[in-house]
Amino acid sequence: MTDVVADKRTIIEEYTIEHVGVLAQLELTPQEKRQARDDMAGMLAYVDKLRELNTENVEPLTHMNPTQNVFRDDVVTGEDISEQLLAGAPVRKKNMYVVPRTIDEA
Amino acid sequence: MIISMQIWEYTAVELSERIKRGELTVAEAVEAVFDRIAETRELNCYITLEKEAALKRAEQVQEKINAGELAGPLAGVPFAVKDNLCTRGIRTTCGSKMLENYVPFYSAEAVERLEEAGAVLIGKTNMDEFAMGSTSETSYFGAAKNPVNPDYVPGGSSGGSAAAVAVGACPFSLGSDTGGSIRQPASHCGVVGLKPTYGSVSRYGLVAHGSSLDQIGPLSKDVRDCAAVMEVICAYDSKDSTSVQREDTNFMDALVEDVKGMRIGVPSNYLDDAADEEVKAAILKAAEMYAGMGAVVEKFKLPLTEYGVPAYYTIASAEASSNLERFDGVKYGWRSEGAQDMHSMYKKTRSAGFGAEVKRRIMLGTFVLSAGYYEDYYLQALKVRRLIKNTFEESFKKYDIILTPVSPKAAMKLGESMGHPLRLYPADVYTVTANLTGFPAMSIPCGKDSKGLPIGMQLMAGAFQEKKLIQAAYTYEQERLRHV
Repeated sequence: MTDVVADKRTIIEEYTIEHVGVLAQLELTPQEKRQARDDMAGMLAYVDKLRELNTENVEPLTHMNPTQNVFRDDVVTGEDISEQLLAGAPVRKKNMYVVPRTIDEA
Repeated sequence: MIISMQIWEYTAVELSERIKRGELTVAEAVEAVFDRIAETRELNCYITLEKEAALKRAEQVQEKINAGELAGPLAGVPFAVKDNLCTRGIRTTCGSKMLENYVPFYSAEAVERLEEAGAVLIGKTNMDEFAMGSTSETSYFGAAKNPVNPDYVPGGSSGGSAAAVAVGACPFSLGSDTGGSIRQPASHCGVVGLKPTYGSVSRYGLVAHGSSLDQIGPLSKDVRDCAAVMEVICAYDSKDSTSVQREDTNFMDALVEDVKGMRIGVPSNYLDDAADEEVKAAILKAAEMYAGMGAVVEKFKLPLTEYGVPAYYTIASAEASSNLERFDGVKYGWRSEGAQDMHSMYKKTRSAGFGAEVKRRIMLGTFVLSAGYYEDYYLQALKVRRLIKNTFEESFKKYDIILTPVSPKAAMKLGESMGHPLRLYPADVYTVTANLTGFPAMSIPCGKDSKGLPIGMQLMAGAFQEKKLIQAAYTYEQERLRHV
């Protein structure tokens, strides 16, 4: 492993991978976590190059075209498609999506 | 000597002309394409085929053609779309286990417009999972293969779309391009691919990868077909808040053979730094041809070339991590069994439903957006994006077209990149800039390497300048045909 990547590995601690996993709602095996740590270190070493550039007073590019905040009137258009939406559900009951328990037992 | 062509060999526009002349029916065209699909099955271009629905649609289109109601250049032409474009009633998988059985109840706007123009949808093409990749090997449904040599990759992520067109398994197709995913497979398979200016083609119905980078575009056998498809799919759509109202979408008007006085810039540092010798030679030969036809061709140093790929991967993975949050097994798609509570279900579904590369990019994207790292990584990348855009805007004041390779090398062997994904990223150097800037870019065939694998060249132009691209591409293509 190169020095730069090794350096990145120190940022990517065990707990960082845990934390990112929580944010991303991903569950990794210990083997996958080790691999993720190496992958991330490699990727970060790679994108770290961006920090070579002086970007003081540079506006971030957030909109690709002049159009911003494109609104329409808050009016209901179209017909009721709830049945079509529910048809794709893994588990449904009448007009509801069924999911595992969301609230802990007291 | 009469050389009779097979129906699957015709270009889209040619096929439509023959259908409109009554030489064959739409149904016959559809049947012929399906025969060809069966012949080329080993290339794994398709994830889903819809022969019955296509034949039914063919009847309807034929009636309308007979009645004179459908007379456009694509009327009656069978087409395929990449499997990340929603198609009503037809499974849309994005090459992933997560959406293996997902059937949308609506179609992408681009697909609707093509159907309104009389084109007939025949199936969904294979791709890298969620459009993350450049070899089409990460598909849950198995890798797609290069038609020129099936031991090699077709490129990605629109590999199936490119391979299908190259081998005649559809006259034209739609792909999507986030960092080169139309242009690179087009180059690897020897077909024409175009990424329109951001905002030109509605993204409604395209499963999002990087929302500020994605565009839908055509893959076709020649430039005329490309222009014909562009005329149909480029239109304002109020359902896409990034859609742009364009004044002039008559791209077929640009099918003119003339590059006299066109200023073409060739970035010398691109050629020196990354491209292999055969690719470099092919690009320089094309540049010479353009000069010979009256274009003003000049080498120049393009600034910031080494920052495009890092900026791209930071932004694309950040946006992807956000866009892929919706896949949680609750309302649609695959759900893992046996979870005792909601959070556990989310984690199990996502961890088992996504492949390795997707998870890798979600992790990176989540990281660069997280508190404490956002400024250093994501925000910095957005600022670099601005700098890169400025560089290209400056360059397009001096040049009408910038000519570059599409890929440093021709297609690699199947399996060569697996286990070393990071090695693939630098190869995107030529294509990511068009997505970062939003400017249009096109890949057209310009040669072959010593193994016989296709080499494409990339033409880039300023915002909304697709007509310049098409004219330059068409001129080159026609000149090359004369020397075959």
